[in-house]
Amino acid sequence: MTLFDPVDALSETDVAVRVRGVTKEFGSGDWLTKALRGVDLDVPYGALLMLVGPSGCGKTTLVSIVAGTLQATEGEVIVLGKDLAAMKSSQKVRFRRDNVGFVFQSYNLLPALTVVENAAVPLIIAGWRRSHAIEAASEILDQLGLGNRMTSLITELSGGQQQRVAIARALVHEPRLLVCDEPTSSLDAENGRITLELISKIAVQPDRAVIVVTHDSRVYDFADQIASMEDGQIKSVRDCRTNACKNPPLENS
Amino acid sequence: MLIGNRVKYLGIVFGVVFAALLIAQQSSIFCGIMLLTIGQIRDVEGPGIWVMDRNVEFIDDIKPMSDTDLFRVKGVKGVDWAVAFYKGLVRARMEKGDFHQVILLGIDDATLIGAPEGLFMGTLSDLRTPEAVIMDDAGYARIWPGEPFVLGKVFEMNDHRAVLVGITKASRTFQSFPIIYTRYSQAVLFAPSERKVLSFVLANPKPGIPAEDVCRTITTSTGLQALTRDQFMKKTIRHFLMKTGIPVNFGITVMLGFLVGTAIAGQTFYLFTIENIKQFGALKAMGTSNRTILLMVLSQAVQVGIVGYGVGVGLAALFGWGTRGLTKLAFFMPWQVLVLTAVAVFLIILLASLLSIRKVLVVDPAIVFRG
Repeated sequence: MTLFDPVDALSETDVAVRVRGVTKEFGSGDWLTKALRGVDLDVPYGALLMLVGPSGCGKTTLVSIVAGTLQATEGEVIVLGKDLAAMKSSQKVRFRRDNVGFVFQSYNLLPALTVVENAAVPLIIAGWRRSHAIEAASEILDQLGLGNRMTSLITELSGGQQQRVAIARALVHEPRLLVCDEPTSSLDAENGRITLELISKIAVQPDRAVIVVTHDSRVYDFADQIASMEDGQIKSVRDCRTNACKNPPLENS
Repeated sequence: MLIGNRVKYLGIVFGVVFAALLIAQQSSIFCGIMLLTIGQIRDVEGPGIWVMDRNVEFIDDIKPMSDTDLFRVKGVKGVDWAVAFYKGLVRARMEKGDFHQVILLGIDDATLIGAPEGLFMGTLSDLRTPEAVIMDDAGYARIWPGEPFVLGKVFEMNDHRAVLVGITKASRTFQSFPIIYTRYSQAVLFAPSERKVLSFVLANPKPGIPAEDVCRTITTSTGLQALTRDQFMKKTIRHFLMKTGIPVNFGITVMLGFLVGTAIAGQTFYLFTIENIKQFGALKAMGTSNRTILLMVLSQAVQVGIVGYGVGVGLAALFGWGTRGLTKLAFFMPWQVLVLTAVAVFLIILLASLLSIRKVLVVDPAIVFRG
């Protein structure tokens, strides 16, 4: 098992995400909560990094900051070569639109839209013509095995199928960073494996990076790296390309 | 998004429909009542000028003038012709001894100016026969309910015999009493004896002279109040608007419709937003700008507003159409009612969506990562 020094392991051009000394505080005075306490982390291009740790350790806060939906209190967050801390709110919105794909725990699909319309949402947000967006969404849905459910409503799909639509939506605009929050927590073991298989097969590309927040140890073998968090800090980063990560299972995860 | 949640969608539409229906229906009834107040002015189509005592405020506010005032008006420069017109409330005694309050209109003996149009039984020239009267169909049905229309019926007014020689369709009046037309000389006999009996002088300006100018000349030369037909209608309506509780009562109902509609639509819209806040958060996380989110919410609100307005106004119109012959409900839906309802619906959806708009605009996109 190899433990990285997250600071010096990679050069700047190799990393999709570089986090240095990031802290995040919520509240103030007696109610001050330190969710992150000086986090350092690198996510290289072409890697699928799993962020694991007990509930409340700061995984969600960290991934929110990396995805640009939350502002760090201190520290440096470089994503795809851009300093998120230096960006204005509107710039972050555009950055997310163009570069980040999201897969959420509860899918957050739009129930009024069909499968293909849901998958096309990021392209429509990006200003694509509807017909072109639908065409692109159809292609990726085909790859995900949902070619026969294009016009179904979301409520007509199983949980596994809904998660596949969410993956299609996250990847349709070819983002260079994919952020997945507990993508398998609502799925049974088989669907969980299928979901991670799809993510690692389609999303992991040399010029992209994938971060998966998960508690599900059954899917650890899809990881290229596993970063273990505890009490607002990264405790270890394991390289799974050279070492099996699932046995023995990581503590507290 | 909203259409995907059918129950919420219908809830909001219902709120808007309720408000639009109540506002359009009550406003139309109000307009109908206002129309009733000027029914008798509208029915007298020939003359362009009404001359009356200077203190008269509306059509039913009779302050008799001297018969000589007719000649004074006739003598004013610019007046083409002028005729006497009587209007009063009298008691009619029927064959069976029952009494009815009726509106008695006395028109010029020679020209019959002021006579009703659209007689559907009898002829207008029969009015020249002694004791002849014409009655409106609604009044006939009120006095002789269930009986077929028959001419020749005899009754008494002020101990003078009256013979029904014609039945006409007249505009209903605010007082809803039967309307009886007769010649002026006959009306004077039917009316209780008074020193002055001339209610109005109906006049017309000479061709090419504006009626307003002639009215001013009449007022200056005679001291009487002279109004064009339109001015008199407006003055009458203004009286009912300003000096009665009718607008306030209808206004309260309209306001209640507005408030209840806003409450239902607003609450449902807000609940819908709260329930879908994660979807909005997801859209924001994916890079949807606040402007786009705002447009999304507003477009849904506008869509609901259009559907609610259409259904509400449609139902109000249907109500008016359905009750046109069944009841004595006054109902008149001019374009202004449609505009008023549209403005109210616009305000309702704006107010209803304001809270939701605020909620979705301030929602933190990071909400999607919270369990």
